[in-house]
Amino acid sequence: MASEIDTIKDLVIRGKRKESVEETRKALAAGVDPSVIMKDGLIAAMSVVGQKFSSGEFFLPHMMIAARAMTEVVEVIKPLLVGEAAEKKGKAVIGTVAGDFHDIGKNIVKMMLEGGGYEVIDLGVDVDPDKFITAVKAESPDFVLMSALITLTMESARRTIEALRSAGLREKVKVGVGGAPLTQKFADEIGADFYGADAYECVQACNRLVH
Amino acid sequence: MLIVAERINASRKAIRAALERMDPAPIEEEARAQDAAGATYIDVNGGTFPGREAELLCWLVDIVQAVTSRPLCLDSSDPDAIAAALPRVKTSSPMINSINLEADRYARILPLALEHRTKLIALCQGEGALASTAAQKIDLAAGLIERLTGAGIPLDDIYVDPLVFPLGTDHQSAQATIAAIGGIMARFPGVHTICGLTNVSHGLPLRRLVNRTFLVGAMSAGMDAAILDPTDRDLMSALYAARAVYGHDEYCMELIEAFRDGTITA
Repeated sequence: MASEIDTIKDLVIRGKRKESVEETRKALAAGVDPSVIMKDGLIAAMSVVGQKFSSGEFFLPHMMIAARAMTEVVEVIKPLLVGEAAEKKGKAVIGTVAGDFHDIGKNIVKMMLEGGGYEVIDLGVDVDPDKFITAVKAESPDFVLMSALITLTMESARRTIEALRSAGLREKVKVGVGGAPLTQKFADEIGADFYGADAYECVQACNRLVH
Repeated sequence: MLIVAERINASRKAIRAALERMDPAPIEEEARAQDAAGATYIDVNGGTFPGREAELLCWLVDIVQAVTSRPLCLDSSDPDAIAAALPRVKTSSPMINSINLEADRYARILPLALEHRTKLIALCQGEGALASTAAQKIDLAAGLIERLTGAGIPLDDIYVDPLVFPLGTDHQSAQATIAAIGGIMARFPGVHTICGLTNVSHGLPLRRLVNRTFLVGAMSAGMDAAILDPTDRDLMSALYAARAVYGHDEYCMELIEAFRDGTITA
């Protein structure tokens, strides 16, 4: 069983989506517990991919194909997860901030969070503070995650946090921000709970804060 | 080939630091270096410093104009900053970077372009999601060109930027941009096309190689302007060679001169 899981993990890291799905089906047919595939195969794989991306060994396309492979495997095992394994680790509302249409980073974070066992509500791009507020009210998430890719729209992240505060929702969620022009300093300045330099850091921060 | 030199941009650490300290020396140095390297226009981008965009863009304009006679390309996401900086521009026909089809942006930038008779970088971007296919880009370009020329902007002053997205996330992105350039140039003879080069290689290794390969591809489709770093010798060498290859350099004299004065290299 360990070797089957390792094979799936390795295939996902290498972004082999067809092979990943085939191996997953084989493993399931052989009686492997889908929750083990999730935890020791997929989550472990995305953690390796994240580390390799952070260290510079992996480039952006590696991240994309690994996340794609992972998503397809998740589709196969999701219906089979029951009980505790089917429970989500936490819930996140994610979006690219108002005025900004970049969605690459946001989508990678989303895929990695889903692979990491989170439920993710994706609000898309150009999300104004009101939309975040509405989603927080409707979904009661653990996290609000905002992506901003141009210097101008960084201010939209600040406005969203202010809006959460005015709506009395700020203390109900942890707010994370990320995107090329952002810094830890800026995150501190606008009162975010954390800054993720990349998708991997963001998932790690969520794991740290969710309990 | 019209070259908009991109190095004075607050997204670069050294420039941002110079803006924070209001230290003119690094800005002057970049302006001189880009002038010497063959810039047609010098882009000035003061970034986002809430409440200070206009002040900082004006500051950049004054500094750059003091050391070069090249015309300026005013680059700001804040139309008020562009409005404040335009009256200080001494050279004729500056360029505005940029206008697009977003209602607010369009309404604010168009009167500035008309009043100051500027050239305009027109981004293929509307209110919705980003245009990723060639057909979407051409549609947005057509909308922009028709509206701008209808409002009195000469076709020759419009530089359509179809935008290019990272190959790392969409391996057809550069080809879509190149096809859009071909389509726009065929449909609107006399308009110009322009593009920044660095986004295409985001997240990839060997970025400078990918950037200059994209430049040559875009030039093959008729792109006649680019936002780039003219101090990148390898890039400029590819540009001069492509000019000659695509038949824009009579008797290859520009190529030969650039070789003679050491601007370019194999």
